[in-house]
Amino acid sequence: MSILQTENLTCVYGKGTPFERTAVDNVSLSIEKGGITGIIGHTGSGKSTLIQHFNGLLKPCSGRVLLDGKDIWEGGKIMPGLRFRVGLVFQYPEYQLFEETVYKDISFGPKNMKLDQNEIDARVHEAAELFEIDEKMLAASPFELSGGQKRRVAIAGVMAMRPEVIVFDEPAAGLDPKGRRAVFDIIGKYSRNTGCTVIVVSHSMEDMACIADRLIVMNHGSLFCHCPVNEVFSRAEELTKMGLDVPQVTKVFSELKKRGLAEDDNVYTVGQAVASIMKRLGKKGGDPAC
Amino acid sequence: MLKDITIGQYFPGESVIHRLDARVKLIITMLFVVMLFAAKGFFSLAVGVIFLIMAYSLTGLSPTLVTKSLKPVVPVLLVTAVINVFFFEGNEIFRLGFISITDGGLINSAFMLIRVTALIAGSSVLTYTTSPIELTAAIEKLLAPLKIFKFPVHELAMMMTIALRFIPTFIEETEKIISAQKARGADFETGSIRDRASAVVPVIVPLFISAFRRAEELALAMECRCYRGGEGRTRMKQMKAGPADIAALIITFVFLACVVLIDRMN
Repeated sequence: MSILQTENLTCVYGKGTPFERTAVDNVSLSIEKGGITGIIGHTGSGKSTLIQHFNGLLKPCSGRVLLDGKDIWEGGKIMPGLRFRVGLVFQYPEYQLFEETVYKDISFGPKNMKLDQNEIDARVHEAAELFEIDEKMLAASPFELSGGQKRRVAIAGVMAMRPEVIVFDEPAAGLDPKGRRAVFDIIGKYSRNTGCTVIVVSHSMEDMACIADRLIVMNHGSLFCHCPVNEVFSRAEELTKMGLDVPQVTKVFSELKKRGLAEDDNVYTVGQAVASIMKRLGKKGGDPAC
Repeated sequence: MLKDITIGQYFPGESVIHRLDARVKLIITMLFVVMLFAAKGFFSLAVGVIFLIMAYSLTGLSPTLVTKSLKPVVPVLLVTAVINVFFFEGNEIFRLGFISITDGGLINSAFMLIRVTALIAGSSVLTYTTSPIELTAAIEKLLAPLKIFKFPVHELAMMMTIALRFIPTFIEETEKIISAQKARGADFETGSIRDRASAVVPVIVPLFISAFRRAEELALAMECRCYRGGEGRTRMKQMKAGPADIAALIITFVFLACVVLIDRMN
């Protein structure tokens, strides 16, 4: 069942000025409940604009956005409580921290939902636990934390609202490899534990190959394709043309296949590569998942 | 939206006005202001307006930009005009209770309205056609004599450049933070005045933090490039006033003289 749908969604910036630009052009897609969907595209392909329509921060110029089959702009007014049902974590979310303590900042979202104090407390602790934020950190000022810690606190602040759909815009931007892995691990764990629908925007193919089930590829504001990860990466040539890239390991394997050294070229994670090589050597090993 | 603010915005171009020396443009704008305030009657004011229209049409910018620059001040203009209606003596033409409207009041408020509108439109010709860097350089040059009195002219100009440079950056940043807090359910549109005032905190705090962070980064970047104030500093682009600038100044003085003469004759 699809939870989030767009129908002929179009967004034009600066209409009627010399700076007019179509950011999202006639996009119709349907995102299934549960699982992780990745959105990829080059810079300025309309990814960020698209996701801001999901929780009604932007109103479509034309077309519709449907949540659970209901138009979110029914009658010209935004669906009540929409922003608590569709959570959006912006790029560099640590810049939105403002409270005196980490605890207060995480509880900002739940407080806006007008929940009672016990419920708020439970949600804050639940989100904190997922992100390995301990009591000492909860009592600290968010401005004393390191970059990676701030990022985790900011994401926890959105997760504490327990949205049905949660959208991440470049959640690992500017983090070191360890921080990246930590963030993606938590997103994966969150998706498995709660069964929430997760949407991740990124332009790192490696990360996407690891985490996403399905991919939406955007190109110059329009939808290029929406299909399972392996199908996307099998269209390597088209992806390269639009300024994207397939994972390094996929490239290696397509060259190996050309030389007759590997059976399959739909390898897109290191784990799969190891498994494929082991298979060829007649041994067992590697992790086909990631 | 915040993005619609055009005050101080620069529209690059190649027109005669764009190419004028920034110092000359600044002086002409000041003379234009003098022109408007020297004018005592509608005829002399019309000369000023003609001057403005002439200058504006030479810029090659779309006429809709004028209305855009005036939009934010419309409420101020209207209030000024309405207040002026009541504060001038004249023949009464309408009376409602203690409020009386006179012809003198109406004429005066119309006069004020034209004058202030022309003033704002005129100064936007300057900012539309002069880049902030040129403008502050011009101010620095024109204020240079004050250095004798130990007035920090260069520092002032540098501060203005930086302030102008960061206006669009902070507008963009504010919008981003507002969106992010809205995504967490912050409500900026409804609620009592108290609620709305406290709704600003989640925007102001991150904005201040980022302003300080940017200031620190900028200071460091300036130091890395050995910035140490105005002493001995030279410019890559030297300002040179050419024949066109002298012609522009002469034309402005002619108009100013017309204004004064027309008022004398009446």
